[in-house]
Amino acid sequence: MTPDDIRARIRAALPDADVSVTDTTGGGDHFDATVISSAFAGKGPVERHRLVYAALSDVIAGPSAPIHALALTTETPEEYQRK
Amino acid sequence: MNDELRKRITDTIARGRVMLFMKGNPAMPQCGFSAAVVGILKQTGVTFDSYNILADPELREGLKEYSSWPTYPQLYVDGKLVGGADIVRDLHAKGELATLLSAGQA
Repeated sequence: MTPDDIRARIRAALPDADVSVTDTTGGGDHFDATVISSAFAGKGPVERHRLVYAALSDVIAGPSAPIHALALTTETPEEYQRK
Repeated sequence: MNDELRKRITDTIARGRVMLFMKGNPAMPQCGFSAAVVGILKQTGVTFDSYNILADPELREGLKEYSSWPTYPQLYVDGKLVGGADIVRDLHAKGELATLLSAGQA
């Protein structure tokens, strides 16, 4: 997996999303992602993470999935602006 | 998922008010994210139970499906999924975790 693969999958599910992904170890299996999307508005952290996980379901679940770890930050555009 | 596995999952979640599904055990976590959540729970002083999903491949895969959550650790409070390491860390940083853990405890 590359950060671009992950970004593309998340963008396909959340078209308005601003997505930044880094490969934290360089090994193509540990990633850190920040996703900013209006789709998160009114949703709690568990629902937000599930939306992103659903976009990656074929590469994150299962014993031989290529993504071993994904640290995830999810914000709405308003929350991002406030920082 | 068969009924037997589903029941085993709900029974296991119900083992403790604060229940952590993790890789390894609190004394010897087998993953940095699991270790991070154990460290935070210990800081809060809450009593928690844990389950080593590495020792139970069937439950490990079943719980992911049950909770629509593909990774570990997974923290449950009163039977409800609170989240994984990112969410626990975030709640702790905002000072909201202690409240959540103590709610209903009195």
